[in-house]
Amino acid sequence: MGVKQVVKGNFATAVAAKLARVDVVPAYPITPSTLFPEQISTYIANGEMDAELLLTESEHSAMSAAIGASASGARVATATASQGLKLMSEMLFIASGMRLPIVTAVGNRALSAPINIWCDHQDTIAERDSGWLQFYAENNQNALDLMLMAFKISEDRRVLLPSMVGLDAFVLTHTMEGVDVPLQEEVDEFLPPYKPVYTLDVKNPMTFGSFGTPAHYMEFKYQQWEAMENAQKVIDEVFSEFYEKFGRKYEKVSEYRTDDADIIILTMGSMSGTARAAVDSMREKGIKVGAAKLTVFRPFPFREIKDLSRKAKVLAVADRNISFGFGGAVFAEIAGALINEKEKPMLIDFIIGLGGRDITQEDFYKIAEISKDAIDKGKVEKMVHWINLREVQ
Amino acid sequence: MASDELFTSGHRGCAGCGMAAAVRMVLQEAGPNTIVANATGCLEVMTTAYPETAWKIPWIHAAFENAAAVASGIDVALKKLGKREGINILAFGGDGGTYDIGFQALSGMLERGHNITYVVFDNEAYMNTGIQRCSSTPFAASTTTSPAGKFSIGKKEKKKPIASIVAAHDIAYTATATIANYRDLKKKVRKALDAEGPSFIQIFSPCPTGWRYPSELTVELSRMAVETGIFVLWELEGSDMNKIKVTYWPKERKPVEEYLKMQRRFAHLFKPEKKTDILNKIQEEVDEKWKHLEELNEMAR
Ligand SMILES: Cc1ncc(C[n+]2csc(CCOP(=O)(O)OP(=O)(O)O)c2C)c(N)n1
Ligand SMILES: [Mg+2]
Repeated sequence: MGVKQVVKGNFATAVAAKLARVDVVPAYPITPSTLFPEQISTYIANGEMDAELLLTESEHSAMSAAIGASASGARVATATASQGLKLMSEMLFIASGMRLPIVTAVGNRALSAPINIWCDHQDTIAERDSGWLQFYAENNQNALDLMLMAFKISEDRRVLLPSMVGLDAFVLTHTMEGVDVPLQEEVDEFLPPYKPVYTLDVKNPMTFGSFGTPAHYMEFKYQQWEAMENAQKVIDEVFSEFYEKFGRKYEKVSEYRTDDADIIILTMGSMSGTARAAVDSMREKGIKVGAAKLTVFRPFPFREIKDLSRKAKVLAVADRNISFGFGGAVFAEIAGALINEKEKPMLIDFIIGLGGRDITQEDFYKIAEISKDAIDKGKVEKMVHWINLREVQ
Repeated sequence: MASDELFTSGHRGCAGCGMAAAVRMVLQEAGPNTIVANATGCLEVMTTAYPETAWKIPWIHAAFENAAAVASGIDVALKKLGKREGINILAFGGDGGTYDIGFQALSGMLERGHNITYVVFDNEAYMNTGIQRCSSTPFAASTTTSPAGKFSIGKKEKKKPIASIVAAHDIAYTATATIANYRDLKKKVRKALDAEGPSFIQIFSPCPTGWRYPSELTVELSRMAVETGIFVLWELEGSDMNKIKVTYWPKERKPVEEYLKMQRRFAHLFKPEKKTDILNKIQEEVDEKWKHLEELNEMAR
């Protein structure tokens, strides 16, 4: 068993990189993820970690160097957030297209303008089509564990795709929590060294990143699609192996008091604990409400969401992001996932907590109230609601 | 062509592509223990149409502006994995991918001191996208975004002095070369590879399609650029531009006109009437540059 330590979320991701014996860390500072390269540099300075820290002149170059290093056969991790992830965006698609299992911790932070350093999920959500696996942590333990598992899932030959692990800005990145830090030998058993299939090797020269004509491009993309499909199974396997080894249970979608629920509130990230507490209070008042948390957003957990949808009259989605001109992205995906189901619940979208706006139990009471109203009326009158919005002048 | 060429025939470059010849020469000198990180541009497009490749060395292309950063990642990864010894890491970029959009990544690579040789194949415009002006395009050249016309003499601005700017990073070795000066080029590639730390070579790479001249004149144009003094062959260790070594002194510099009139990108300087003022301006700048080089040379004696 590991060692209990009280640490910040950023530290949890850095210690995960150390325990994973990452070879190369290309990085560029940005709030709220800066502690990651700082911590890695401290590990290296103290001789606790044998890795190359490459402090690039931008996030674009950090991800570019990650690609070069990963193609050379190194295990690579980095961390970024918000504008940094946006600057990397071009290279995110290239990393996945080249099938490089890079792992990136993202301190989920709002996007400019106006500039804002606090939490929402817009940065990673906007990269949902980048071909990266996406995991969302509820707490610092999750951040550590999901990072470790991300290497194993990404490097699996059936997958070979990069992963990002989201942890909420400040709420997790900068907040001290008790975390069980696994022992090195436990991690070594769980996560063997990275064995790349192809590398840049003078003994076996190969061309990486070639020009894909219409005659071939689509098959490259199909293989990426297939790899994402494979990841569904690999994630389940790795989650259960992790449970056996470390005793901590992970699910793509975790349910809470959903069995006889009329309303299920779906959340992602650190708001999930608040949602469960709100469910408890509402249950005491006899309101039949449950909660569900999405830990894996890519690949999208279709099966689990379909199972969940059969349990309630209303699926209320708390979206900490906004796709202008539609609504929340998680809501849109859930609606898409359920489109061919004969029986489906009413779906209502709640935009919540953008730019670090506090998410409280009261917000979930409000969500339940609006959902209850839809049940009473037998229809959804308004699809997208903004929660806890001030009067706009 | 020798059978052990590392950059092979069968690429889809235009007839007379100066860059293709330059790449071949660079790799002849670098040898098989070489890894190349290539920027997007003509070179990448014409050599790697899947499932074919013209490269017999490990080669990677990621994007347009980041060859230097990708190469940096390879450098540290091989170091960490204990595989760096005896390997040359080269980054290849076009002038657009080097002077403009990739300049930041290049500067970062130089500052961090990676033992990487960056080679820019300078064909003086964004050729892959169809001959647009960039900061390497020379004054008065007509391109698809700086067209000559009734109110335009072509590109209004001067060519950016990339090699001097790179040298200002105080790197191990900086040089310029052309394919017409084959031995000089190979010697410089060798010096760049042997240098400890970052090195940079700018290779003048005539482009028949973009400069609009008959494809058999590629070597001749390279020679004329040097003989007119428009392109200076030099090298430098460190950053003191007072110490640059000109590696070839034209015996008698030919008038720039002779070089310019070979290319239709400058045709508007001669037709319908000769633009003497523009031609004089170009000539004066070249004269000024050489006056300075001769002074430096005197001082060095
Ligand atoms: C970020 C980005 N912007 C623009 C392009 C389009 N683009 C591809 S190659 C190229 C020009 C390349 O010019 P240069 O670097 O001089 O190489 P050349 O083709 O002339 O050899 C451009 C503009 C791109 N691929 N990526
Ligand atoms: Mg060019």
